[in-house]
Amino acid sequence: MTKAELIEKVSEKIQGLTKKQTEVIVNSIFDSIKESLAKGNKIEIRGFGSFRIRQRRQRDGRNPKTGVSVSVPAKRVPFFKAGKELKEIVDKGNAS
Amino acid sequence: MRKTDLANEVFEKTGISKKEASDIVELILNTMKDTLQAGEIVKIAGFGNFVVRSKRSRKGRNPKTGQEIEISPRRVITFRPSQVFRKFVNTPMANVPEESKLEPPAA
Repeated sequence: MTKAELIEKVSEKIQGLTKKQTEVIVNSIFDSIKESLAKGNKIEIRGFGSFRIRQRRQRDGRNPKTGVSVSVPAKRVPFFKAGKELKEIVDKGNAS
Repeated sequence: MRKTDLANEVFEKTGISKKEASDIVELILNTMKDTLQAGEIVKIAGFGNFVVRSKRSRKGRNPKTGQEIEISPRRVITFRPSQVFRKFVNTPMANVPEESKLEPPAA
């Protein structure tokens, strides 16, 4: 499912909401999460999961093609941890 | 930040009522959940992909007792942030006020 398909599905289920409006809403949700993380806050969504930042230390890496060693700088990486409910739902699935 | 904060952001940015905003946030999350439950990937451009992966059974250990146990095969979810998102959390400019970074709402 792509973002466009998500927007489509959601706008079908809500009366009086155009696709365009739904798109603005969907975008604003994911933007809010991104901004909040960038500011160093974490996001916890009940039943879904949590987003937080993980720090990666500087390390030495290699260019896999040339073998030249390079230093990979320290960085921050977005991290998502599925909540209990989502974990269970996904593990059970529909098919099995 | 929690679900109600997300609904508030939607309320502020779109002007729909708070009740509607929270219903929609809920609906969006549920739609994503249903899709993942079906084992389907959810791709959000500019944000990242939620992927369902199947794990084979493997041997584990109870860390407390040291007893060896079989970990059953299972499906887990992983999130792969997009390049845009990865860059975004590393830009020093990430601390600028909200308005300047948002896409203007489409007319």
